[in-house]
Amino acid sequence: MTARLLRRIYFALVGLFLAAPLIVVAGVSINEKQTLAFPPKGFSLSWYAQIFTDPEWRLALIHSLTLAVCSAAIAVAIALPLAWFLWRRIAPWANIFQVLGLAPFVLPPVITALGFLSFWATLGLFGQFYTAIISHGIFFVTLPLVTLSLGFASIDRALVEAASTMGADDRTVLKTIVLPLILPYLVSGYAFAFVLSLNEYIVAYMTIGFTSETLPIKIFNSLRYGYTPTMAAVSVFFVVVAAVVFGAIARFGDIRKLLGALGTQES
Amino acid sequence: MRREPPRTLADYAPLAFPALMLIVFFIVPFSTMIAVSFFKRNPASFYTPDFVFDNYERFLSVFFGSVLAFSLMLAILVAVCCVAIAFPFTYLLTKCGRRTQTVWLVGLLSVLSLSEVIIGFSWSTLLSRTAGITNLLVAIGLMDQPVALLPSFGAVLTGMVYQALPYTILVLYPALVRLDPTLIEAARTLGASPPRAFFNVVTPALRNTIVATLIMVFVFALGSYLLPQILGRPSNWTLSVLITDQAIYQSNMPFAAAMAVFLVLISLALVGLTLLVGRREHAL
Amino acid sequence: MSGLSLNAITKTFGDFNAVDDVSLTVPHGTFVCLLGPSGCGKTTLLRMVAGLEEPTAGSVVLDGADITAVPTHKRNLGMVFQSLALFPHLSVGDNISYALRIRGASKAEQAKRVEELLALIDLPGFAARPVAKLSGGQRQRVAIARALALSPKLFLLDEPLSALDAKLREAMQVELRQLQQRLGITTIVVTHDQREAMTMADLVVVMGKGKILQAARPIDIYRKPADAFVADFIGMTNLLPAEIDKAGRTVVLDAAIPELAMPSGMSKASVSIRPEDVHLTAPGNGVLDGTVSFVRDLGGTIETFIDIGGTAIIAVATPRERPNVEVGQEVGIELPAECCVVVKS
Repeated sequence: MTARLLRRIYFALVGLFLAAPLIVVAGVSINEKQTLAFPPKGFSLSWYAQIFTDPEWRLALIHSLTLAVCSAAIAVAIALPLAWFLWRRIAPWANIFQVLGLAPFVLPPVITALGFLSFWATLGLFGQFYTAIISHGIFFVTLPLVTLSLGFASIDRALVEAASTMGADDRTVLKTIVLPLILPYLVSGYAFAFVLSLNEYIVAYMTIGFTSETLPIKIFNSLRYGYTPTMAAVSVFFVVVAAVVFGAIARFGDIRKLLGALGTQES
Repeated sequence: MRREPPRTLADYAPLAFPALMLIVFFIVPFSTMIAVSFFKRNPASFYTPDFVFDNYERFLSVFFGSVLAFSLMLAILVAVCCVAIAFPFTYLLTKCGRRTQTVWLVGLLSVLSLSEVIIGFSWSTLLSRTAGITNLLVAIGLMDQPVALLPSFGAVLTGMVYQALPYTILVLYPALVRLDPTLIEAARTLGASPPRAFFNVVTPALRNTIVATLIMVFVFALGSYLLPQILGRPSNWTLSVLITDQAIYQSNMPFAAAMAVFLVLISLALVGLTLLVGRREHAL
Repeated sequence: MSGLSLNAITKTFGDFNAVDDVSLTVPHGTFVCLLGPSGCGKTTLLRMVAGLEEPTAGSVVLDGADITAVPTHKRNLGMVFQSLALFPHLSVGDNISYALRIRGASKAEQAKRVEELLALIDLPGFAARPVAKLSGGQRQRVAIARALALSPKLFLLDEPLSALDAKLREAMQVELRQLQQRLGITTIVVTHDQREAMTMADLVVVMGKGKILQAARPIDIYRKPADAFVADFIGMTNLLPAEIDKAGRTVVLDAAIPELAMPSGMSKASVSIRPEDVHLTAPGNGVLDGTVSFVRDLGGTIETFIDIGGTAIIAVATPRERPNVEVGQEVGIELPAECCVVVKS
C-alpha cells in the first residue's frame, strides 16, 4: 500500500517537474496586459491571435511550417529507399549509409549546424531558404530511418514470399504488400521529423538565421528585447502541436512498439 | 523472401538517391568543416583558405581548457542526475498499464521535441521574479518578496536536466520493458521486498545499460547550446555555446570549426565506448 | 512427362549441406508428404520447388520443362506457409483474390472466384471479414483457398497444420486430403508428424540429414522400413539387435528365429517389430521370457512394457485381447517371423 503511494508521489513529482514550466508559460500566455505575470492577471487570447495577425510572427510561422513540411518530406524520401534496400538486399557495406543517416542525430547538433554553415558559405548559397530545407532533411533523416527500419523488420518475410508464389514480382510486392504495411511507420517517421524540424533552432539559425526567421529563431531574437506573452503563446502552440501529433501516432499506431517495447520479429 | 546480394545496376538503384544526398549534404559539409578548421580567419568574408594549426593552438589555452572542463563536468552532472531520476521512474513506468504508459510516452515525446529556445524561455519565466515560482512561495507566505533565481548555475543545471530527462527515460525504456519479470518474481519468492529486489536484482542486471545510458545522456548534454546562454552567466557557458558564439558573433568560423572537430572527437570516442559497452551486454 | 521431377538437387549453406543430392519423381496428381525431423532439409527442398531458394546444384523439372531458373512469381504454384502469411492489411476476400487482382482480373471475375473458393472451404459469406477476426482453423482454410485461387499446377504446403490444436489438426488432415483428391492437383506437404503423413499421402518421403531415406506408399513405409531410423521415426516400433549364430540361424536377443533370413553378407543388424505384432503368452511358451515393468492402459489400446535383461519391449493390444498382466509378472513373448523386418542398424 505504501509502495503504491510512494510510486504515486514519485510519478507526480516527475510529472510536476516536466509540466511546471509549461503551466507557467500557459498561464503567462493568457495575461490581459503585456506583462508576464503569474498567476495571470485577467484573461485574453489576443496573444494567440497575434501569432496569426502580427506580420512578423505570421511570417515566422509560415517559414517554420514550410521548413518542417518540406524537410520532413526530404528526410522520408532519403530514408525510405535506404531502409528498403537494407531490408531487401544482403549488402553489409551499405550499412555505412545507415550509420551516416544516424550520425547527425547522435553528434552534438552544433557540429552538424557548423558543418552546414561552412558548406553553404563555401558554395556561396548561405542564407537561401532552401538550404535550410535540405539541411533539416539531412539532419532529421535519423527519425524516419529508425521508424522505417523498425517497420521493415516487423514484416514477416513469408508475406512477401506468399505474394511471389501468387505471381507478384518485386515491384508488385512493393506496391501491394510492403508499402501498405510500412505506411504507419512512414507516417510516424514523417511526423517525428516534422515536429522536431518545427522546433529546431541551431541548424536553421546557422543556415538562414540572418535572412529569415523561423518561430524558434524569432523567439530567441525577441528574448533580447524583453519577454512578451506572444512568445508564451507560441510556446504553448508548439507543445500542443507536439502533443497532438504524438497523440495521433499513439492513437493510430503502437507508440510503445515504436519506442522499442516489443522485440522485432526478424525472420 | 530470399534476401540476396544486389547483382544488376537496377538492384542498386534504390540506394542512389539516399547515398547521393548523404554524401553531398553530410559527408561533404563535414569535410568542409574539417578543412575550414585549418583555414585563416577573414572578418570580411567567412575565411581565407590556408593550412595553419593556429586555431587548434589557440584552443590550448587556460581559458578554453577551463571551458572544456566546465562543459564536461556539467554534462556528467546532468547525466548522473537524469539517470538517477529516470532509472527508477522508467522501471515503475514499465510496470504500469498499457494506457498509462502510452500517455506518459506521448507526454515525454512532446517535451523531448520542444525547442531549446522554448525550454529556455519557459524556465527563465518560471525562475523569473515577475512570473516565477517565488511568487507562489510569497503567496503562501513562505517568502517576503519574489526573487529572480537566474542567471545561475542551478538554473542551467535544472534546465538541462529538464531537457535531457525525457531523452534518458526513452533510452532506458526498451531495456527495462524487456527485462524478464520472472527475475524479480524469483527474488520476491526468495523473500526480497520490492525495493530490495529492485536494487539487488534489476540494477545489477542492467549495469551495462545504465553505463551506456549515462554516456548517451552525457553526449546529449554536451550538445546543449542555448540553455547555458539563456539561464546562465557567461561563466556557465559550455563548448557548444562558444562554438556558436565564435561562428556567428565573432565571425571566426575557422576557430569554431576547430572546436567543433575537437567536440566530434570527444563525442565519437564516447559513442564508440557506448557501442563497446552495448556489445558486451549482448555477449553476456 | 507430366508431373514433377527433382534431379540430383543439392543445397549448401556455407559448408552445411541442407539438401544433399536428392532425386525424386512425383507423378501428376500425387499427394506427397516430405517427412522428417527438424533440420532434415525438407522445408529447404520444398522452398527450392517453389523457387524461394536456389539449388546449389541439380534441376527442378515440371511437366517436362526445366524451371530451375524460373523466378517464383512465374511458376504458377500455390503455397501455404507455416505462418500462413495471410496479408494482415487485406480482408479475407482480398487475400483470396490477390493473385487475380495483380493480374488485372475484373472485379466481377474476382468476386466470382472468391465466392467459389469460399464455398470450397466451407466459409461462405466471409469475404468482407478482416483476417485478424478469424479463428485458427478459419485462417488455415483461407490460406488454402488463397493458394488455390489460380488453379495452380503445384500445391505446396509447409507445415500447414502445425499451429492448430490436435483435434482440429486431425480433422483438417482429412479435409485437405479430400480436397486434393477432388481437385486432382499435385501436392507436396512438409510435415514432421508421421500420423499426418500417413493420413494424407500417396507417397511418403522420409528425409534425414539432407537425404531421402525412403520414398514409398505409407503402408510400405510402415511395414517395410528401409532402415532403423525410418522404422523408429514412423510409428512406434521395437528395434532389437540381431545376429547370426554359429549354426547359421538368426538370433534376436536370445531367441533363435530360424525363419527370419538375414540379408547375405550381413552378420549384425537390427530387427524392427511393431508393438501390435508382439504377442504375450505364458512364461516358457514364447521365444523369449521377460518381466512386465509397466502397463499403460489408454482405453483404446493397452501398452505393456516388458523388460528382457535390460532391453525394453513394448507390446500393444486392443481391449478385446487385453493381456491382463501386472507389473512384476513373468511373461513369455512371441515374435512372429513374418512381422519382423531386418534393417541396417
